[in-house]
Amino acid sequence: MALLDLRGVRKTYHLGEVDLPVLKGVSMEIGSGELVALMGASGSGKSTLMNILGCLDHPTAGEYWLDGQEISGASSDERARLRNRLIGFVFQNFNLLARTTALENVIMPLSYSAEHLAEKEMRDRATHLLGKVGLAERLDHQPSQLSGGQQQRVAIARSLVNRPRLLLADEPTGNLDSQTSEEILQMFRDLNRTEGLTIILVTHDPTVAEHAQRVIRIRDGLIEHSNGA
Amino acid sequence: MKFYRILDTALRALRRNVLRAALTTLGIVIGVAAVIAMMEIGRGSTVAIQRTIATMGAYNILVFPGNLAASGVSFGNGSMMTLTPLDADAILRECPSVAAAAPVDRVRTQIVYGNRNWVPNSMYGTTPAFLDVRNWNDMAEGEAFTASDVRNCSKVCLVGATIVRELFDGESPIGKEIRMQNVSFKVIGVLRPKGANMMGSDQDDIVIAPWTTIKYRVTGSSAGNVNQSAAATAAAAATVLPSQVYPNTSLSLYSVPSATEQSDTPAQVRFANIDEIVVAARGGDQVSESIDEVTSLLRERHHIRGSAPDDFTIRDLTEIMKTMSSTTELMTNLLLIVALISLVVGGVGIMNIMLVSVTERTREIGLRMAVGAQGADILRQFLVEAVLLCLLGGIFGILLGRTTSWLVRVIKHWPTATSIGAIVAAVVVSATVGIVFGFYPAWKASRLDPIDALRYE
Repeated sequence: MALLDLRGVRKTYHLGEVDLPVLKGVSMEIGSGELVALMGASGSGKSTLMNILGCLDHPTAGEYWLDGQEISGASSDERARLRNRLIGFVFQNFNLLARTTALENVIMPLSYSAEHLAEKEMRDRATHLLGKVGLAERLDHQPSQLSGGQQQRVAIARSLVNRPRLLLADEPTGNLDSQTSEEILQMFRDLNRTEGLTIILVTHDPTVAEHAQRVIRIRDGLIEHSNGA
Repeated sequence: MKFYRILDTALRALRRNVLRAALTTLGIVIGVAAVIAMMEIGRGSTVAIQRTIATMGAYNILVFPGNLAASGVSFGNGSMMTLTPLDADAILRECPSVAAAAPVDRVRTQIVYGNRNWVPNSMYGTTPAFLDVRNWNDMAEGEAFTASDVRNCSKVCLVGATIVRELFDGESPIGKEIRMQNVSFKVIGVLRPKGANMMGSDQDDIVIAPWTTIKYRVTGSSAGNVNQSAAATAAAAATVLPSQVYPNTSLSLYSVPSATEQSDTPAQVRFANIDEIVVAARGGDQVSESIDEVTSLLRERHHIRGSAPDDFTIRDLTEIMKTMSSTTELMTNLLLIVALISLVVGGVGIMNIMLVSVTERTREIGLRMAVGAQGADILRQFLVEAVLLCLLGGIFGILLGRTTSWLVRVIKHWPTATSIGAIVAAVVVSATVGIVFGFYPAWKASRLDPIDALRYE
């Protein structure tokens, strides 16, 4: 069964009198363990679709099945729980907490999870993840003391700390040079291959999309093209 | 979310901008410090004022013998002879809220020294405890008589400043002898001047002597004496008495109780009856307690059953007490208003900065929401931050306030009194200010849309 299943998802924004349809009936499936690139020009509805996929927003119409659950009608608190439990986010601008150590940044999402871990368990899990992304030596560094690539690694470790089913990366290499981008993308591929993690890379950059097994293109609120890699 | 983590997060957020946090909470610090300092100084002055008022007899209660009624005719307070010096001793011994008690035997007669004479306003036969009751222990000159003077019926007395002026022409009267009813008394002490009392009568126009001496040597009888004996009337030529105006009434001023009435109150006639017992309560708040204690003790001692009326009356100085408590109340209310104003000002400062902080940290809020924080988590985070800020302000305020009051005591020698209540109130109020003024910014933060918040620049 697919991890993610969108059926006729529509999103319409109401700007005063005018209705602005952004998604006009998107249907797609993403299976567990896939590495998918979501591509589209700006204004295509890419960001809106990503917000819906990431449970940050709810569709105006249509069904969204995530991990066997229909969640298009979930309340904001329910969506917060889903995000915490099932989804990890990686952002273009890293979004780390300033003046907070890498370790604390990684631990942060755990403080909102339903499962209550002991303080030591939290630290162990975060330390392990930071080790995995190659930052074992920099647990106590603050974001300002880290390079862009290192910051993004911290962000990836943070997104993994709740052991999510889905990793949603929004232009993860947008602020990085090509060398570092390559490293980060390699890390995504490794995670996908070794852990079987489902990853969606949202990007407009074809070189990034090349790393994906499948590319989903969106244009004017509709899926234009979906090819297997 | 665990409490430790909430606290940790809040502390971390505050530490990110220590200077701003410190300046923000300065309003609370100053407010609380002002409250604490003013409360301590205010309480100090209140205590000082209370002490002054206490010397006016604010804590005193007066016990008088009861009213004798025969054949439907009442004779007013003091007409029944029911109080004894032993009652005074028992009150002091058995009533825990009583600090001092003294029997008083009053007499009004002429005193003579050399070629001068004078009729003092008050002449009291009492025990040294009377001076404790009236806060009159420090003599202007000489010293007070003692308990053994009372036992021995010593012919010694203390005089007030007015007597010194009128009888001795301002010279020191110590060691000199004055006569009353042809009994000579040696003056051994001069009372400190007190001036007029609340009703305008001269409190220094007074002679105090052991009650035994007055009772057995001056008024000359052990029973049947109500204030003025026939002998006193004869000696004090200056005073005009009802017996002189209406000669007939002097024969039977009081009706003689019938045998039945006397058997109803078997303990009426005692070895030595006195006119009054003056009692001092331990403090202003213990006056009503001591009244209750004295009442039940005297009822027991006088064998008054069940619902039978008291054979004595008790009065307290309600007016002075009221003045005192209204003074204190006014002061407290004033301080409270000042405190409230300064804390509201401080609270507005907190709210302002918390709003700025929420705007500034919009992205952080968005991120926290994206990784699974619910609105309630965000609300709690900012609320705890505001409360923590206020509480820290409160703690520093307490320290600053206490230091200030200590400085005032040391440098200006003003009396101060530690007020635990004010400290507790300061903590509670500053936490409340944090909750009240921190709520709106926190609520605003919790209502942010994660998508907009993440995109906020």
